[in-house]
Amino acid sequence: MSRIKSCIAAAQAAGRKALIPYIVAGDPDHETTVALMHQLVRDGADIIELGMPFSDPSSDGAIIQLGAERALRNGAGLDTVFSVVSQFRQQDDSTPVVLMGYLNPVEIMGYPAFVEQAAEAGADGLLLVDLPVSAAESLLALTQPRDIDVIFLVAPTTTDRRIAAICEHSSGYLYYVSLKGVTGAAISDTGEIAGRVAGLRAQTELPIMVGFGIKDNASALAMAAVSDGVIVGSALVQKIGELSDTDSREASLIADKTALIAAIRQALDSKPA
Amino acid sequence: MSDSETAVTPEQDMFSGPDLAGHFGRYGGVFVGETLMAAVEELDQVYRKLSKDPEFWQEYDRDMKHYVGRPSPLYLAERLTAKYGGAKIILKREDLNHTGAHKINNTIGQALLAKFMGKPRIIAETGAGQHGVASATVAARLGLECHVYMGADDVKRQAANVYRMKLLGANVIPVTSGSRTLKDALNEALRDWATNVDSTYYIIGTVAGPHPYPMLVRDFQAIIGREARAQSLEEYGKLPDALVACVGGGSNAIGLFHPFLRDAEVAMYGVEAGGDGVDTGRHAAPLSAGKPGVLHGNRTYVMSDDRGQIVETHSVSAGLDYPGVGPEHSWLKDIKRVNYVSVTDTEALDAFRELTRMEGIIPALESAHAIAYACKLAATMTPEQTIVINLSGRGDKDIHTVADIDGITI
Ligand SMILES: Cc1ncc(COP(=O)(O)O)c(C=O)c1O
Repeated sequence: MSRIKSCIAAAQAAGRKALIPYIVAGDPDHETTVALMHQLVRDGADIIELGMPFSDPSSDGAIIQLGAERALRNGAGLDTVFSVVSQFRQQDDSTPVVLMGYLNPVEIMGYPAFVEQAAEAGADGLLLVDLPVSAAESLLALTQPRDIDVIFLVAPTTTDRRIAAICEHSSGYLYYVSLKGVTGAAISDTGEIAGRVAGLRAQTELPIMVGFGIKDNASALAMAAVSDGVIVGSALVQKIGELSDTDSREASLIADKTALIAAIRQALDSKPA
Repeated sequence: MSDSETAVTPEQDMFSGPDLAGHFGRYGGVFVGETLMAAVEELDQVYRKLSKDPEFWQEYDRDMKHYVGRPSPLYLAERLTAKYGGAKIILKREDLNHTGAHKINNTIGQALLAKFMGKPRIIAETGAGQHGVASATVAARLGLECHVYMGADDVKRQAANVYRMKLLGANVIPVTSGSRTLKDALNEALRDWATNVDSTYYIIGTVAGPHPYPMLVRDFQAIIGREARAQSLEEYGKLPDALVACVGGGSNAIGLFHPFLRDAEVAMYGVEAGGDGVDTGRHAAPLSAGKPGVLHGNRTYVMSDDRGQIVETHSVSAGLDYPGVGPEHSWLKDIKRVNYVSVTDTEALDAFRELTRMEGIIPALESAHAIAYACKLAATMTPEQTIVINLSGRGDKDIHTVADIDGITI
């Protein structure tokens, strides 16, 4: 069983909602990303989504684009992503890491080299935002033998025909996009999301995580109530952006930037599932 | 060779792309976030249906004739021809179209699609501002809301077009992210589309983006090549020996080339922006110096570094300042049907001045790239031969840029 499956299974057995923070590898720098990942685990993260910085993140809002730009200014690339993961793995062999990003860097590196290095570094899942399931065949052929989960997004606009294909080829979890728009926008209609997630349940056994627009306890609680867990990106990347204003990397400062994750964990756990 | 002899159109050959999934060989396809997939699929279905409907094309042709002013003339540049002493240099005068460039051929077509789909809101990206103006124009004519994304740097260097768009009632949104040019405007337009997908039609300005855009923009621009073909046969009794067009995203080039692709005797040259020179790294020539990757929804040649990050481009002409290119061009490069070359900023500026002084035509800086290359090419050919250049737009929008370079304030 993959790390992702066993992690989610354990959370479900304990009646816990999964909490999945997203940060950008190399933002603000390589060492700090590793420190942030360990802190996020202490804060109660179940899985970490690690952004692979890209110059043209057209499905992301301004906050995550700025995070990617900070990382790129410091020379981050896929090599940074892999070394962050393997360094994290030296002390943490259980928390699943999902690499999330865009296709071009992967195309330029080549799929076989990318999948091999991701697996060797200790990554567990892969989410390529601009790779639709219909074009993912050659990637899936490489990830399946290595037990790497490939996660696809389901959007409010996704048709039933596409949902069937996505469910068939996804593993790990389904990522339900809460809104029409880009990361960092605001959720407007919780009821509609509940309905859509319920519809997905009828089509798949996969756990369903909700992301986009979850920024605080209230939005996390609302989304967790209708799903198996929540993904928190822009709100966290915004806080991490503040680290660029200072040279200090003290543990207390790092913990301050991820405090919203600890708070969401507490809120999720104090609510009966 | 007569028209009818070459008019055989086999169902499947190297030039019959894209396939149903939008591929030209290994290029093209659909690579966008899931939120946009349904919209892209819907557009594909709508276009497939409408493009088989003769009434749709009748309406398009009517607009081309009475609103755009087509057919555009095929003009023999006699003094330029005499100077270079070789092939006849002939200009396809897209600069004479309403709004001053080929871009209107596409926006008229896509506006018909938007109308059919019942979308009240139009968005567009623009570099030089020509596509933005052409989009604002069709939106004004149909009474649609229009938002145009434009890189903040381009807003500065194309101030006149920004004001034209505003006069036409469009909202111009300067984009300050990334390199603040055309690619960033495209990113921002894609974000807007994902956010307002129900109400919005996205008019992409070139043969890039996810399928079906490269196909439908090409089909709307192919009127350039169909006219040029008929005009050539009528005026010169033969097909041109060579076609030359500038390549930004590649829409004016594919529009001229496409109806001639099966005419093996017609040589084709796509001219990219060489900027300071392709070997300096400061250019916008992905076909000459890039490699296959994925950008803005399709697989194509892109300018990216060895980490796969898109690199900043440079060109004196805002409309060519783009790190990607339409996927059909990538295919035509690989199968060697079209030669892709580049000219520098300096060569383009020289051609801009030369055409202005010798023929009384001020070309767009984009089109000046094609002229610069065609003049060199003409000198290597014979007087019986002809070169048709796509004069894709007029240069009124560029006079401030050129004056700046000359150190003149106007
Ligand atoms: C006059 C003119 N020519 C050419 C271009 C480049 O676009 P494309 O390569 O799609 O024809 C532009 C783009 O703004 C333009 O304004």
